[in-house]
Amino acid sequence: MALPLLLAACGTAGGASPQDAGPPRPGGTLRLGISSNPDCIDPQQVSTNASVNVGRQLVDSLTDQDPKTGAITPWLADRWTVSPDSTSFTFHLRSGATFSDGSPVDAAAVKTSFDGIKALGAKALLGSSYLAAYRGATVVDPATVRLDFSQPSAQFLQASSTMSLGVLAPAAFKHTAEQRCQGTGLIGSGPFVFTSLKPNQNIVLSKRTGYHWGSPLWRHQGEAYVDKIDFRVVPEPGVRSGSLTSGQLDAITDVQPVDEPQFSGNGFTEPVRPNPGIVFNLHANVTRGVLTDEKVRQAVSKGVNRPEVTSTVLTPNYKPATSILGSATPLYTDLSKELAYDPSGAQALLQSDGWVPGPDGIRTKNGQRLSASVLFSAVFNQNQSVLELLQQQLRKIGFDLKIELHTNAEVTRLQQAGDYDFLWYNVTRADPDILRQQFSTKTNNRSKLPADNPLDASLTEQSATVDAAKRKPAAEKAQRTIVEQAYSIPVFELTQVLGVGPNAHDVGFEASSRLQLFDAWVSGS
Amino acid sequence: MKGFPLLRRILQAVVVLWAAFTLSFIILYLLPGDAVLTKLGSAEGGPSASPEQIAALRAEYGLNDPVIVQYGKHLLAALHGDFGTSVATGDDATHQVLTALPPTLAVSGLALVLAIVFGGGIAVLGTFTRTRWVSQLLLSLPPLGTSLPTFWVGLLLIQLFSFQLRLFPALGSTGFASLVLPAITLALPTGAIIGQVLAKSLQTQLAEPYIEVVRAKGASRRRVHFGHALRNAGLPALTLVGVVAGNLLAGSVVTETVFSRDGLGRVTASAVTAQDVPVVQAVIVLAAFFFVVLNLVVDLVYPLLDPRVSVRKEVPAHV
Repeated sequence: MALPLLLAACGTAGGASPQDAGPPRPGGTLRLGISSNPDCIDPQQVSTNASVNVGRQLVDSLTDQDPKTGAITPWLADRWTVSPDSTSFTFHLRSGATFSDGSPVDAAAVKTSFDGIKALGAKALLGSSYLAAYRGATVVDPATVRLDFSQPSAQFLQASSTMSLGVLAPAAFKHTAEQRCQGTGLIGSGPFVFTSLKPNQNIVLSKRTGYHWGSPLWRHQGEAYVDKIDFRVVPEPGVRSGSLTSGQLDAITDVQPVDEPQFSGNGFTEPVRPNPGIVFNLHANVTRGVLTDEKVRQAVSKGVNRPEVTSTVLTPNYKPATSILGSATPLYTDLSKELAYDPSGAQALLQSDGWVPGPDGIRTKNGQRLSASVLFSAVFNQNQSVLELLQQQLRKIGFDLKIELHTNAEVTRLQQAGDYDFLWYNVTRADPDILRQQFSTKTNNRSKLPADNPLDASLTEQSATVDAAKRKPAAEKAQRTIVEQAYSIPVFELTQVLGVGPNAHDVGFEASSRLQLFDAWVSGS
Repeated sequence: MKGFPLLRRILQAVVVLWAAFTLSFIILYLLPGDAVLTKLGSAEGGPSASPEQIAALRAEYGLNDPVIVQYGKHLLAALHGDFGTSVATGDDATHQVLTALPPTLAVSGLALVLAIVFGGGIAVLGTFTRTRWVSQLLLSLPPLGTSLPTFWVGLLLIQLFSFQLRLFPALGSTGFASLVLPAITLALPTGAIIGQVLAKSLQTQLAEPYIEVVRAKGASRRRVHFGHALRNAGLPALTLVGVVAGNLLAGSVVTETVFSRDGLGRVTASAVTAQDVPVVQAVIVLAAFFFVVLNLVVDLVYPLLDPRVSVRKEVPAHV
């Protein structure tokens, strides 16, 4: 029940802010400051927020996802059928949609596009996991395409709504993956077309004239409002917010917690949306040191004061975790009771388990110190501050959390080698199947669980059907097991915080909390 | 080699370039991980690809080859000006670096001019004036200039001249106006060094006995200062320009980030972070090339200023 409420509370994407008054008007350029240089803008290959926000505007997907309900809705496909075992998906394409080179969006083009993503292998950073079991596509007739999977893949229906599986024109695949990264041959059917890219500077997209096959979830139909979107790369957060307040930019992404107060009550708006998917968490390797002990992991979970993390290091725009899944994820279960701060409960649990406080306050048992380290990289600016706060909190229950900052490459290497106690990360995905991706013994198995663990069955079960009524109990059981066994300790939900100036309107989010700029418009100069 | 100073310099240059190439390769190889792991690690939550897919990708970029083979391939291609394809961006490494060069040269060039004009001006005026407090004030500026952090100066300039007064843009590298603030930011520490060295060496020259001789012959104070002392004091400062020009390129990482500009600094910083060997090597070889050429130019200008020096290397040790 909490899902619709939470989404309503942060539904700026719906555009109820005061300066939205007045009818949207077409024309103008939206100057949007982004925090890092998108190394690659091909929506099928990208993964960083900066890239995703650009790529999303260029391609249409087979389906769309309602940000409010999580329901999968029509887009390029106006209807679809799924085989009972969720291994075969048949999409019936709408008529009239074309790519920007004039070629039609037909079944053959869809097949070429999906085969192309599969062929990218690991270069399709997100798509390759969505298509892990993809066997191939069949052109049933020009308007009907069937995609087959070697095992039940309920997650694919939601994946078909993401930009990672956005459809590119057959002509795009005449270019190499590297060329598409830089914009060459990046031909989609989306409401905007690629215009220019200057590395470390800006990326310009222009409105696609004649576009009229937008998702029914959008606020208007026809062409996009703005003539151009100018994504400006502005790495320095202070310069980004200063450029917005001084009118050199119309909107910015990644507003830092320290800059947030600048944009309240002065004509600026601050659209926010929590990311769906796995929240920022301490993911335990249950085969290492003190974390093999279930009671220790549970005590750590009780010893984490989540509201304190969001109220001190972050801002009220961020939510304390109430499950391993973020509250914006379909089939999320509210486990806030299980995740309540309970330091005395944690102490009692450790005491009964034989862990007694040593001279420095850190508990020991049979000469072993109650200590574990957490690996992290600086992908999110506040990571270090959050972990330092967790360190202080856990010290109060006699647990010594060591924090280890590494480069992306080093974290990846250690992660692949299984050489860690705790991993610190989040994953954005508007489908509960992301749990299977990280926890199942058949996929990443980040907790290093044994084959006979109590979690695998429910993870497999939720992947077997797209029927939400049948899927929900399995997804709920999986979340509950993870939280109760403390395979991972959820901490807070990553949240997208935008700053929008008085002249920009309806800069919104889609279901995966990526920017949706079709409805955006600019007024004034 | 005595008869072929130029040939000797070219040989030296080749060795320097090769050493820069090799050292950078060794350093990048010694770091844990590689460009593919960095790229995959940039995905939220880490790679979702299977180990087989990751292996295939590493093979495609030649990262599975023995290190000596990788080195040989890179070196051989580099001899033809081909540094390979950037793993992070998919762009041709040589192209990526050459595109980033003009904006960096524009800022560095303007900064160098500003640094020479203002740093030199302060030194000359500070030593020339007879008003004690003016001299003290002017000569205390360079030490102050060297101690200001570039990052902070840049943000301060943006705050004042862009956000408050709205005279210059805070972002981008389009047009002359976008050059001004970053060039001033870069010129400040550089000008301070030039000013400090020139002032010191002017003071030394003015205390030399030959100045007394010139004065005794009835030369004006202006002629003594500008005609004789400055001419001799200029040599060490000129040598310094060769060094600071290199510093300008290095300092561009900070200014380019603060002012959201494209350039060598940004390209280098992100390529190092991504362990993107092709791009890092292209940058390093280009930078080494610059240093070599710059030093050669300084050496060639020397004899013009001081006829006693023909080419630095040729001066006998006992003179």
